[in-house]
Amino acid sequence: MLIKPAPDIRSSEITDEKLYLRRREFMKAAAVPAVAALAGFTPGLAAGAGQEALPNVRKGVVTIDEAWTPWDDVTTYNNFYEFGMDKGDPARNSKKFRTKPWTVKIDGLVKKPGDYQLEDLVAPHALEERVYRLRCVEAWSMVVPWVGFPLRDLIRRVEPQGSAKFIEFATLHDPRQMPGQRLDVLEWPYLEGLRLDEAMHPLTILASGLYGKALPNQNGAPLRLVVPWKYGFKSIKSIVRIRFTAAQPVSSWQASAPQEYGFYSNVNPDVDHPRWSQARERRIGEFFKRKTLMFNGYADQVAGLYAGMDLKKFY
Amino acid sequence: MRGARLLKPLVFIVSVGPLAYLALGALLGRLGANPIETITRSTGTWTLRFMLLALAVTPARWLSGWNDLIRVRRMLGLFAFFYGSLHLVTYVWLDQFFDWAAIAKDVAKRPFITAGFTAYLLLVPLAVTSTAGMIRRLGGRRWRRLHRLAYASAAIGIVHYWWLVKLDTRPPRNYALLLAVLLLARVWVFWQRRRSGSRASSGALVC
Repeated sequence: MLIKPAPDIRSSEITDEKLYLRRREFMKAAAVPAVAALAGFTPGLAAGAGQEALPNVRKGVVTIDEAWTPWDDVTTYNNFYEFGMDKGDPARNSKKFRTKPWTVKIDGLVKKPGDYQLEDLVAPHALEERVYRLRCVEAWSMVVPWVGFPLRDLIRRVEPQGSAKFIEFATLHDPRQMPGQRLDVLEWPYLEGLRLDEAMHPLTILASGLYGKALPNQNGAPLRLVVPWKYGFKSIKSIVRIRFTAAQPVSSWQASAPQEYGFYSNVNPDVDHPRWSQARERRIGEFFKRKTLMFNGYADQVAGLYAGMDLKKFY
Repeated sequence: MRGARLLKPLVFIVSVGPLAYLALGALLGRLGANPIETITRSTGTWTLRFMLLALAVTPARWLSGWNDLIRVRRMLGLFAFFYGSLHLVTYVWLDQFFDWAAIAKDVAKRPFITAGFTAYLLLVPLAVTSTAGMIRRLGGRRWRRLHRLAYASAAIGIVHYWWLVKLDTRPPRNYALLLAVLLLARVWVFWQRRRSGSRASSGALVC
């Protein structure tokens, strides 16, 4: 057997024993970001850093005893097709979205129509924290601490005429800022609608924030609707028009696929989407699916709105 | 040729890539807010991609004249089966958590799941008969005929994708276009060969 003589090593080249014993820490510290960078994974920002905090929010006005979905998940995983089809697209593509100045047109069958500056629209209302379940039609769900005020307070301010039975909402249409609108996957602008009594329900809010902070662009800044007992797409984002009508509006999803999406779109485990089941849902952050609740768990509060209606027909 | 010998290990390493990426993402907790959805989508997409890659080998040989490409066709096909199996396991285990009643209902009631399941079942005999021994036992002619199931499986797999898309049908449309090109290339070559064959009055069908 041939044994090679040991090469000369200067003592300055020998690693200090204490350092040597910590070698695994260094390797770990160096390897994780390096590997993550190689694989194209980028580290997330601290929760809500840089997002303006909203003052004077009344905490816990409506809440539920369920864990809040983390800020990072709420703000990086959602549908907002104006900014792209992938659920990571809204966060990626809405960074430069301008929400100041912002005007909301209120028109139709209403006594005080007009172009309202956002500040004037929101200022008279006390902001409340409302912790709601959010159930997407794609069978995933979250718990979101919204900040907003009841829509009915605004409706009372602008005084609908007696003939007004519905409200139609529209999202901003600006393909230069909203790249998703350059694709004709839906008819733009995005439209949604509520029956007036649904809009007047105390659970229905206009939200301008979440987690006590101003609404991030990807979540529908500066002003969005939140109707917790309906599928998420009913809660229209970045609202620029609120119109009071006598006839039932046609939402963008209804127009695109009327056999799949109805006007009501109430969360209902017994009425499946034609292509997939609505009986269960995956709460973001949980492994096991959970049963979907009638009206997303708000049946006690809202079932009365639909008394006597065939919910299989009015889906 | 040296390149030909390197081709197989190279294709193997690249083909493991999507799985390695998912495994790494899972380890680092970076598969997004809905990791199960990420895994389901990724394995499904790669199944279709490997199907199309395997079906592209023959036309690529015709175009390039590089016949050594045939050496990777079986591997690409088996990777399609491998990612398809992962896709199915993800659905049964991670998504439904062995709720067999719910799974049976899904397969029977949801056309897109029926299609996906069918596309997968069609791949099983192809994977089983992919060994040299099986080719010998079946005989080349019968083996080739059996493996035309790959065309049906790919088509049904793309239908599965098309039917599950909520709104944006561009990605499945692109897959369908690619498959159409790959199949039409075969039809065209078959037709050309038959014409030249009949002119030479050999009468034999080459396929």
